Amino acid sequence: MISEILQTLPQVLVDGLTLGAIYAVIALGYTMVYGILELINFAHGEIFMTGAFVGVAVLFFMSGAGWLAVMPAILALLIVLVVTSLVTGVLGMGIERVAYRPLRKAPKLITLISAIGVSFLLQDIVRFITEWKRGNYIVTGPQLFDSKIGLDFSSIWSHFNDAILKTSSVILLVSAILMMIGLDFFVNKSKWGMAMRSVAQDRDTAALMGINVNKVISLTFFIGSALGGATGVLFAMQYGTINPYIGFILGLKAFTAAVLGGIGNIRGAMFGGLLLGVLEMFASANLQKLTGGVFTAEYKDVFAFGILIIVLIFKPEGLFGKAVTEKV
Amino acid sequence: MEKLKSFLSGNKIAQGVLIGVYVLITSLALYLSQKSVVAFLLLLFSLLLLYYTQLSNRLKWLLAGVVLVGVLPWAASSGPSYQSYMEVATLVGIYVAMALGLNIVVGLAGLLDLGFVAFFAIGAYTYGIFATGQASNFMPFGEYPLSGESFWLFILVGCFAAALCGVLLGIPVLRVKGDYLAIVTLGFGEIIRIVYNNLDKPINFTNGAMGISSVTPPELFGMQFTYPSQFYYIVLGILVVVMFAVRNFEYSRIGRSWKAVRENEIAAQSMGIHLVKTKLLAFAIGASFSGMMGVVFAAKQAFVDPTSFTLLESITILVMVILGGMGSVPGVILGAAVVTILNLQVLTEVTNWLNQMSMEGAISFPEALSPSKMQRFIFGAILILFAIYRPQGLIPAKNPVFNEEELKAHAAKQTGKKSSVPEDRAMQA
Repeated sequence: MISEILQTLPQVLVDGLTLGAIYAVIALGYTMVYGILELINFAHGEIFMTGAFVGVAVLFFMSGAGWLAVMPAILALLIVLVVTSLVTGVLGMGIERVAYRPLRKAPKLITLISAIGVSFLLQDIVRFITEWKRGNYIVTGPQLFDSKIGLDFSSIWSHFNDAILKTSSVILLVSAILMMIGLDFFVNKSKWGMAMRSVAQDRDTAALMGINVNKVISLTFFIGSALGGATGVLFAMQYGTINPYIGFILGLKAFTAAVLGGIGNIRGAMFGGLLLGVLEMFASANLQKLTGGVFTAEYKDVFAFGILIIVLIFKPEGLFGKAVTEKV
Repeated sequence: MEKLKSFLSGNKIAQGVLIGVYVLITSLALYLSQKSVVAFLLLLFSLLLLYYTQLSNRLKWLLAGVVLVGVLPWAASSGPSYQSYMEVATLVGIYVAMALGLNIVVGLAGLLDLGFVAFFAIGAYTYGIFATGQASNFMPFGEYPLSGESFWLFILVGCFAAALCGVLLGIPVLRVKGDYLAIVTLGFGEIIRIVYNNLDKPINFTNGAMGISSVTPPELFGMQFTYPSQFYYIVLGILVVVMFAVRNFEYSRIGRSWKAVRENEIAAQSMGIHLVKTKLLAFAIGASFSGMMGVVFAAKQAFVDPTSFTLLESITILVMVILGGMGSVPGVILGAAVVTILNLQVLTEVTNWLNQMSMEGAISFPEALSPSKMQRFIFGAILILFAIYRPQGLIPAKNPVFNEEELKAHAAKQTGKKSSVPEDRAMQA
């Protein structure tokens, strides 16, 4: 059995890292908003989904106008990514302005309810626009990259099988890593990043130091949502078919990743996402073999959720977070 | 107009007469024109009017009982759509009980539970598995399906099974901070669905995505319950128990500690309230209502499958609570009735009407925008609008008002009595 698991391990790792990169970037959005507002932004998974749809719509438009045929695929991807992240970034800012800002002083329960409302609203708006325009809300976008690369793992160690890597996964991984490095740099080195960190630490004191708190919160939502939307585009490229309900379970898992890494901690979220992706792929590949057929691969969602519960019981502050004592 | 208003607000007899006339007119209208959904809704509306009259509480309950037990089934009974009206009324009852359960968790204890339908599913599957041949796949003894008479026992079994699951889920989760609870329960709701969807291997517990069909109908003294008009009375009976329980919990010691935990956990804890125990109790009691109704639902549909227990259902129940007013029992009942009727009747009626219009060519109406598909949109909008503009809901929760003077006088009397006892003894000594 062990040799079987070892054989598939390279492929599991490759797929897991690809999936984990998606979780990681979405988890960033959750963790940034939580760090600054202490609010679980339920709508973030839906922003990711909207990003996927906007990206596919832009691609359809470009191929309809005949631009896709004449420009290199990588340039087209860049255009789609930029347009989508602008759209979803503004969308995120708008959501904050309309649904969260009036409730900043309200009990947290009320804000959470508003967030759930936004998430449902977005799902249905995307659903009916897509269904209206295309007749079906399940969409398969045009593929920009469909070549595959064989990775020769068996020459490293004879127990491994070779792995296959889609070009889109490479692009996904590279873009995700670039986004993460860029964000890390922005938050830790730039002036706006410093403002964000100070607002997260203490909103009132930050305001006294001359920081425009509302602007910083808007910016946080813009960046988080732009990253989420861009990931949506990458997701649509990697997995092909999208529907308006993908954001929910993916958002749930990304949130798990954020908790795993310590909510509010940006580097933790990146690590948590990658770890969760690999664990989940491992589970879906090997759960059936390991449990003698009792649990099938269908249970991989249960597995991710189990991780969330275990983390919450034994280390609620996450792997890299600091335990916070509540002040009265 | 003003005069009439002031006359009415002062005169209880006039209110009573007016309500009576209203019920009479609407029930007659329903009796005579069976297809009129409007008459049916107006008749239900009389209960809301009744709530706002100034009659004594006992009389209100009595009148509501008469309308629900006698007038409504009678008025609906004369025509072909009798069963469909009763179906709606039964479902309203089921959702009212579930919303009351969620109201304890969200409204009173302030814990956001987004996977509430999981407990409903547990109740439904508990009965579904044992009331079909499904149970013989794994039970070493006994003969299955169980007879319809076991249904009454299973209402309790479903109640306890759901409560147990509530506690099992709560123990790890309730110890951490409140906002995690929302996401964990959200996950739990999905997980239960996935598990039921896949529990046909290696041992066939739930028959997977195919669902469990031909569930044995309940039976009492040889009478089988198969029609919605019969289930209506079962639901009504359970509802009375549930409402009685809710009202008693709300004003008891445990109800007050729920509210204290909701307002401020740390303050509540320092006043000696056991946090985890209190929350667990809220979770368990809320879940148990849902579990009971799950059993009834399984028996009524005679079919259970995982698609009845999606996230949308959980959010629907949450919308009922938010719309009616968190923590307010009459509000939640109103919310549940409004949302259920909106879901089952209004949206379909409007859709039919729009389809007819577009068929006649009056307007062009894309299928994608049909209102019966827009539940998520409507519910989302309700949640946002109520959160921002009216977080207390349609009928805000009322805390009982105490007359300070009276309480003081009462307390003085009590302490006077107590202090007088030792004095007497002292004198004797």
